[in-house]
Amino acid sequence: MNFEMTDDRRMLADSLGKLLGSQYGIEHRNAVAYEAPFHDKAGWNALAELGIIYAFVSEDAGGMGGSGFDLLAVFEQMGAALCPEPLLGAAMAAPLLAEAGEDLEPLLAGEAIYALAVDELEAPWDAEGGTTEGGAALTGRKTSVYGANAATHFLVSARQAGKLALFEVKAEDAAVTPWGMIDGGGAGEVMLDGTPARCLLPDAGETIAAALDRGRLALCAEAVGAMDWCYATTLDYLKSRKQFGREIGSFQALQHRMVEMKTAIEQARSITILAADRMDGHTTAMAKSLVGRTARKVSEEAIQLHGGIGMTWEYPLSHYAKRLVMLDAQLGDADFHTARVAGSYA
Amino acid sequence: MDLSYSPQEQAFQEEVRAFLADELPADIAARVKAGEEVSKADTERWHAILQSRGWLAQTWPEEHGGPGWGPVERHIFDEEAARAYAPRILPFGLQMLGPVLIKFGSDEQKAHYLPRILDGTDWWCQGYSEPGAGSDLASLKTKAVREGDEYVVNGQKTWTTLGQHADWIFCLVRTDAGAKPQAGISFLLIDMKTPGIEVRPIKLIEGGHEVNEVFFTDVRVPAENLVWKENDGWTVAKYLLTHERTGIAGVGFSIAALERVKALAARTMRGGKRLIEDPLFAARLAEVEMDLEAMKIFNLRMLAEAQRVGHPGVETSMLKIRGTEVRQALNDLYRRALGPAAALIPGEAPGGNAALVEPEDEAAAASYFNNRKISIFGGSNEIQKNILTKAMLEL
Repeated sequence: MNFEMTDDRRMLADSLGKLLGSQYGIEHRNAVAYEAPFHDKAGWNALAELGIIYAFVSEDAGGMGGSGFDLLAVFEQMGAALCPEPLLGAAMAAPLLAEAGEDLEPLLAGEAIYALAVDELEAPWDAEGGTTEGGAALTGRKTSVYGANAATHFLVSARQAGKLALFEVKAEDAAVTPWGMIDGGGAGEVMLDGTPARCLLPDAGETIAAALDRGRLALCAEAVGAMDWCYATTLDYLKSRKQFGREIGSFQALQHRMVEMKTAIEQARSITILAADRMDGHTTAMAKSLVGRTARKVSEEAIQLHGGIGMTWEYPLSHYAKRLVMLDAQLGDADFHTARVAGSYA
Repeated sequence: MDLSYSPQEQAFQEEVRAFLADELPADIAARVKAGEEVSKADTERWHAILQSRGWLAQTWPEEHGGPGWGPVERHIFDEEAARAYAPRILPFGLQMLGPVLIKFGSDEQKAHYLPRILDGTDWWCQGYSEPGAGSDLASLKTKAVREGDEYVVNGQKTWTTLGQHADWIFCLVRTDAGAKPQAGISFLLIDMKTPGIEVRPIKLIEGGHEVNEVFFTDVRVPAENLVWKENDGWTVAKYLLTHERTGIAGVGFSIAALERVKALAARTMRGGKRLIEDPLFAARLAEVEMDLEAMKIFNLRMLAEAQRVGHPGVETSMLKIRGTEVRQALNDLYRRALGPAAALIPGEAPGGNAALVEPEDEAAAASYFNNRKISIFGGSNEIQKNILTKAMLEL
């Protein structure tokens, strides 16, 4: 057994952590996260130059990673820094483009920014439930397209000849309604109405499902990074805040809650490691459900233990808390994934 | 046992319902329902409507302009008003300062301030909390030094709700720095227009502005604005806090919230079926509903006892804890029922073929985040547990 990260991944994570620390301090992060286009081109270019996107692609396909542990190394850092850049789209696009035999260079170099357009209003999180149809042109409505504002290309799931196929739509051809999100970052609606599209994979159900699960794993890792930050910050606060003549951290009622929080985070980290190792749908569903529930609990506890200060915009914790709660609703909430796990018992 | 209201109480409930149906302005109710910030003008309009019926100062004795209601009548009004999406009655002048002046104020103070609270001339805010004195109010540091006929006030207050609109602030200030923490505090009324007062907004987690910091630099306050006795403000403060904690279960808000979650889940399609038919979601909703049903009766038991003995008991702390938990659980389900669309920032909902989110649901996530406050303010739930521990366990 060995739970240590390989040297390569550790170096990548360390460099990424340093880069994010210097480029995405909380004030700059908030400025980027809450204002269209919810994307800092200079920061994005720096991420790409560091070779982050290479970590999402196997060596066979021209990258330098592609495993679950590569996703972990990157997204924990993204979570710890609360970085709003649309890296999740790149992590999901990489295996899809590789499977389709596309040229990956524009993605790897950060020149092309991909966003996945899978969700529909009545079928969130489930590509198979969508009703968008087409061939050389697509018609339908895709919602909750994360990173839609910054994207140069959309990867769209749609029915063709009875099968779920994957299409590429150029951003300039699609009607995008962008919106800001309460936890920072941008999403959008992509309206397709006879929109020109190129079919990348005619039978893509399984490939899309696997790409979504990679995204879910990335979100779990992001949550672990953000939860670590919340725990450390809350502990610091309990040691510095005085009420009734002593540090509030000296009260046993609060100490037990911190211990419970830490235990929950270690459970979340553990199942995320398991999902990164197995890279299968079942384990990923378990991880996303457990992490979603834990992320919400950690967020609520961290605010409560801080009291009023945790409720303020000025204090960074409030932004971590919002992200932790809302990432549960991304790519399937805890109930959605619990149902996936429960469905396996039948 | 008879769990139903008496015939008189039932008649009163009908009267309140009819009043709300006739008199609550539809535009204001719509804004409350949509979770929008209630404006100063909306609040003043609603206060004036209530006052014209004699229902504004609900906790005041009749001789000072109150309706003469007991705890059950007040509860019935609160519940019906919340269900009808009426704006809340601002507590600072009406539920906090008013009763304090009636009990501790001089005749001049009563004659001057009480009518101005009733007719809306003065908008009051509360100056209790400080950066180092939240739950531990006795450690407050804002100083008032007597100089002739004036007090000179220096210090800082925080979490001052709607202080940006206020004409006056009632403050706890330290008038004797050498005394024990709970002694040496005085209760002072301060005109917000006095030179040396600065109000700075605090932006909250979801982006709204309802609380403020208030800074006092050499603020000169006439000595006649002292309520009760110098250095005995703690007596006044404690009396005020017992008034702050009435109606704390928020049963009416939770009933309204439950109805909305049910309605949303009934019209939301998720993977080919209605969300309300999803067994996981339905089970979560069912559990909250059970807690709420139990809490309604718990609340009535507490009210009946308060009516009998003349004051609320320690059960109010339990109701505060459970009441805020139930409301937060409902806020959470409401947000989750919207799925990823809950993340939309209110006012930014795109058009498209059909609205992604109904306007009245746009603020679901913002309300969820904003209502994290209800387990923190008014004595955090942890403080309530300490109160209960002390009162009940004898350990």
